[in-house]
Amino acid sequence: MLLYALRRLIYLIPVAFGVSLLVFALVHLAPGDPISAIVPPDAPKEVVDKLKEYYGFDKPLPVQYLRWLGVTLTGDLGTSIGTGRSVASEVGSAFGNTIILAIAATSLAFTLAVILGTAAAYAKSRIVDRLVTMISLIGVSVPHFWLAIVLVIIFAVELGVLPPMGIGPENSTGWRFDRAHLAHMVLPTIALSVIPLGVVTRTVRSTVKETLSMEFVTALQAKGMRDSRILFHVLKNAAPTCLAVMGLQAGNLIGGSILIETVFAWPGTGFLLNSAIFRRDLPILQGTTLVLAGFFMLLNLTVDIIQTMVDPRIKRG
Amino acid sequence: MALQSPSLDVGGAILVKPTPASAGRGYWQSVGRRLRRDPVTLICAAILILLVLASIAAPYLYLADPYKTSMLRRLYPLGSPNHWLGTDELGRDMFARLIYGGRLSLFMGVTPVVCALLIGGSLGILAGFVGGKTNMAIMRIMDVFYAFPSVLLAISLSGAMGAGTENTLLSLTLVFIPPICRVSESVTTQVRGFDFVDAAKASGASAFTIVRVHVLGNVLGPILVYATSLISVAIILAAGLSFLGLGVKPPEPEWGLMLNTLRQAIYVNPVLAALPGVMIFITSICFNLMSDGLRAAMDVKA
Repeated sequence: MLLYALRRLIYLIPVAFGVSLLVFALVHLAPGDPISAIVPPDAPKEVVDKLKEYYGFDKPLPVQYLRWLGVTLTGDLGTSIGTGRSVASEVGSAFGNTIILAIAATSLAFTLAVILGTAAAYAKSRIVDRLVTMISLIGVSVPHFWLAIVLVIIFAVELGVLPPMGIGPENSTGWRFDRAHLAHMVLPTIALSVIPLGVVTRTVRSTVKETLSMEFVTALQAKGMRDSRILFHVLKNAAPTCLAVMGLQAGNLIGGSILIETVFAWPGTGFLLNSAIFRRDLPILQGTTLVLAGFFMLLNLTVDIIQTMVDPRIKRG
Repeated sequence: MALQSPSLDVGGAILVKPTPASAGRGYWQSVGRRLRRDPVTLICAAILILLVLASIAAPYLYLADPYKTSMLRRLYPLGSPNHWLGTDELGRDMFARLIYGGRLSLFMGVTPVVCALLIGGSLGILAGFVGGKTNMAIMRIMDVFYAFPSVLLAISLSGAMGAGTENTLLSLTLVFIPPICRVSESVTTQVRGFDFVDAAKASGASAFTIVRVHVLGNVLGPILVYATSLISVAIILAAGLSFLGLGVKPPEPEWGLMLNTLRQAIYVNPVLAALPGVMIFITSICFNLMSDGLRAAMDVKA
């Protein structure tokens, strides 16, 4: 087990190298040179050259990359052009806010998905199965940022029962566990959970259904085992596949929360990324992308390892 | 296995059933027969065809000018005379803009998937058929793209390159190449192991002939089914990029962008503000259902 985890970790190194190349390239995809974002277009040439030298943009690209990689590996992601604060601290505080929302949304989505999916797989009546299939279809088809706006319209504008945006009351400095902050979380949580709900419900339904048709279930029934015990065995067999999908969904939810965070002005990584793009704050864009991709890789690795722990049949070269 | 998801996850392998090249004709006939008997798929196809035709023929449909603004006629409610779907925040006719909006929204959803299908499909078939070091090289590069959540990748690329239709198309294509490549590689590797491929090799067929006749016939179905399931994701993602201001630039009518500009109006005319999203929803649900129908008809196991 430990050996497997280690091997997977070593395998991640070339991928991480590629990711760093891609993130580095982001700055150079930008139109014009990276300096043009921070100096006015009529700046004298000497000033531009000075700045280029200061940031190291006058060096050849491979040298720039190695220098950037070296600095980044020490945990220094540079300085935000917009605020002058360090990118690491900006991304760090935003990441916390995103994670809080992600935990709420994934808990809601995965709990509902397991219940609905299992119910649909077990259901004798077609209506239950149809209903659940429809819910998952809507989940994967609905544009979630539109759903977010519709939720705001219904619950904030028309009914006025929930706040339309923000992380908490106006003078709130960060997330706290209290009534006001929880009320602000309700709508973004629902909007974020629809996609994973749809996808995971679909997976749970088909996996449980497939497991139910296996011979061991019939054997257990013939043996006279209680239904609740059989359900446990079925779920245990369906778990690895479902876990893999859940892991991917959780990662995608965190990486893809930008649209929802923008609608609700939730001060997370997505919101940060969005404002960085419009201020042309390339260090923030780079830093946020790198942190999110790194997190996504580690999450996938963790899910992979959990999978092999749950299901000893999975042995990978 | 949920192949069809807004996150492009390819959790499980698609299983390919071996079909010799000679049996191709009858297979497609039975696919067509099964599709004709599937009312849901037919209805969805009809709705989509209607949407596509309406957006192509928009200039000839005697619609109001979708660009003509009027400060006096701003945010008319639904059912107003001359503007039966109301007017937007600049007084432009909503119905005309929703129909015209389909042009860009559909184009920007379908084009990246088609491009990615051509590029990713070729790369995947190449990797799967040649195997060895070529496979290693191609698939390891794809792994790098897989380390990013798809939405993040699309947004970061578009954000770095700047707003604009071409940049959106480019970044979405890049997002969809890896998943299509992975599926293509996996099915091609399976087909390569079938006996008839060995037989063709033994009979002296060239690699090109084997791919064209024996491999393509078997892998195209599963790859196409997978690609169609990505279209709804692409449409939502493209609209999302425009919603963020990273895609189509105003004043072009596009559903995602319209949702964004109408956001200020949710206190004045909430139903109107939600309309463009309904169009995205209808389109994406139709593409999803059609892809499901296609999968069932082509008997692709996922």
